[in-house]
Amino acid sequence: MKALSISNLKKEYQGGIQALKGIDLEVEEGDFFALLGPNGAGKSTTIGVISSLVTKTSGKVKILDIDIDENHSLAKKKLGVVGQEVNFNQFEKVGDIIRNQAGYYGLGFRKSKENAKYYMKKLDIWDKRNEQARKLSGGMKRRIMVAKALVNNPELLILDEPTAGVDIELRRSLWDFLTEINNNGTSIILTTHYLEEAERLCRNIAIIDSGEIVENTSMQELLTRLEVETFILDLLQPINKLPEVSGFQMILESPKRIKVTVEKEQGLNAVFKSLSELGIEISSMRNETGRLEELFLGLVEPSLKEKD
Amino acid sequence: MNASEQIKALATILYKEIHRFMRIWTQTLIPPAIMIMLYFVIFGTLIGKRIGQMGGFDYVQFMIPGLIMMSVISNSYSNVVSSFFGQKFARSIEELLITPLPHYLILTGWILGGVARGLLVGAIVTIVSLWFYDLNVNNWPLCIFVVISTSVLFSLGGFLNALFAESFDDISIIPTFIMQPLIYLGGVFYSIQLLPPFWQTVSLANPILYMINAFRYSILGSSDLEALGFSIYSALGMIVGFIVLFFCICLWSLNKGRGIRS
Repeated sequence: MKALSISNLKKEYQGGIQALKGIDLEVEEGDFFALLGPNGAGKSTTIGVISSLVTKTSGKVKILDIDIDENHSLAKKKLGVVGQEVNFNQFEKVGDIIRNQAGYYGLGFRKSKENAKYYMKKLDIWDKRNEQARKLSGGMKRRIMVAKALVNNPELLILDEPTAGVDIELRRSLWDFLTEINNNGTSIILTTHYLEEAERLCRNIAIIDSGEIVENTSMQELLTRLEVETFILDLLQPINKLPEVSGFQMILESPKRIKVTVEKEQGLNAVFKSLSELGIEISSMRNETGRLEELFLGLVEPSLKEKD
Repeated sequence: MNASEQIKALATILYKEIHRFMRIWTQTLIPPAIMIMLYFVIFGTLIGKRIGQMGGFDYVQFMIPGLIMMSVISNSYSNVVSSFFGQKFARSIEELLITPLPHYLILTGWILGGVARGLLVGAIVTIVSLWFYDLNVNNWPLCIFVVISTSVLFSLGGFLNALFAESFDDISIIPTFIMQPLIYLGGVFYSIQLLPPFWQTVSLANPILYMINAFRYSILGSSDLEALGFSIYSALGMIVGFIVLFFCICLWSLNKGRGIRS
């Protein structure tokens, strides 16, 4: 079964702006899916249509095989959405906000309270349940939004830039939490500007640009398209001069750090061997982050240049 | 959503709305009570004694139904218009739109919220008025029907205003420039029989006149309507007619996404 199925989805705003030009997209049940694209590409419009905040011009949207036009109520019961901006009454208490959201899904008072308590504890906001939301930090408000989206136990969760503007600690804890609920069977669709986030969390990816899907594949497949990969090597002892290792492009970033670029068909063994022969010992090695960024820019660069 | 889920969802909206206006009771419940008390002191006790009788009743007695109705109308309207527009403005309406709630349930929830505040303020004003005059209700069923149906109608009016409003200015224009004049000229403070024939005819075009007079009839057993040849039932029919019309417009607008969806 597909968690989400979109076919020929079009959205034209007043004034003739075509935000979506007939996109097709399928997300498997249980998937952790990234929907990426530059600003104004159509990500939020797509999410808006799925969650009924934006009226589509034409096309079909199915949530877990249920057409949102034919059985709107049932389709929406299976969906949870974390919007880009805070969208709750900030004068209300945290506990009330989350419990009321459960009530809107038809859950009784006791069940609403139970679910709200579970997710508030999971997201570390239980202690704040009696505080007005407006008094909390931006990160806490994000957690409220995630708890609100999950309080009806949706089968498909959509998050529109959930970690935008939050600190690293919260970002990491949200990543762990999202991985956990995905492992428990909830399908997740994520839009983000942090490509590292998508690379780390998502198994499949679609890139949308100017209202069209320009790439839709698995994360692994996309990353194998990289012609070159860059590694950071940390050295045990400092060196003053960059060693000469033929066939590899190397940069001495600091006395104890070398950056080496390896082409697709090359192996890393030759690098290790050459460095070892020169008496240089390596203490650790890691990928340079931003691999996905290179691919992303390659795919959307033409339209970015056009906008400039 | 099945019926049981719909009832629970409706109860949640109503709870949230009641909780909202109770949380800010100093802005929602106290000012109408103070304002009405001032009306009674100034127009009832001080000026009223000089006026004497109005429509066959003591002036303060004549005023009471109109003042209660005025409070119910303005509070039902302002509760819905400010709450719904506030949610639209802060985008917290999205938390309802993404749920499986059908539109008629969202609309009904807000109407019930408006009615709850309208009736509560109406009850407070009634209690205040009892300090100034002993009130006997002539026809309880009619009294309850008129006050509830009028509250429903103005809650719908507030909803419609909020739906089409795009700024805070838009939610104050109709109450200030349309509703207030119609309420004051609708016979709250005077019998329209005092007016020259031409202005009596003009006054008959004011729908609020029928509501206030139907309510006055239910309490005092007499109003301008019979004197001008109208039956109370025509007033009730008009209120129900407006309710059906406004409900249909609101629901149609919600279904079209007017003012809430892009």
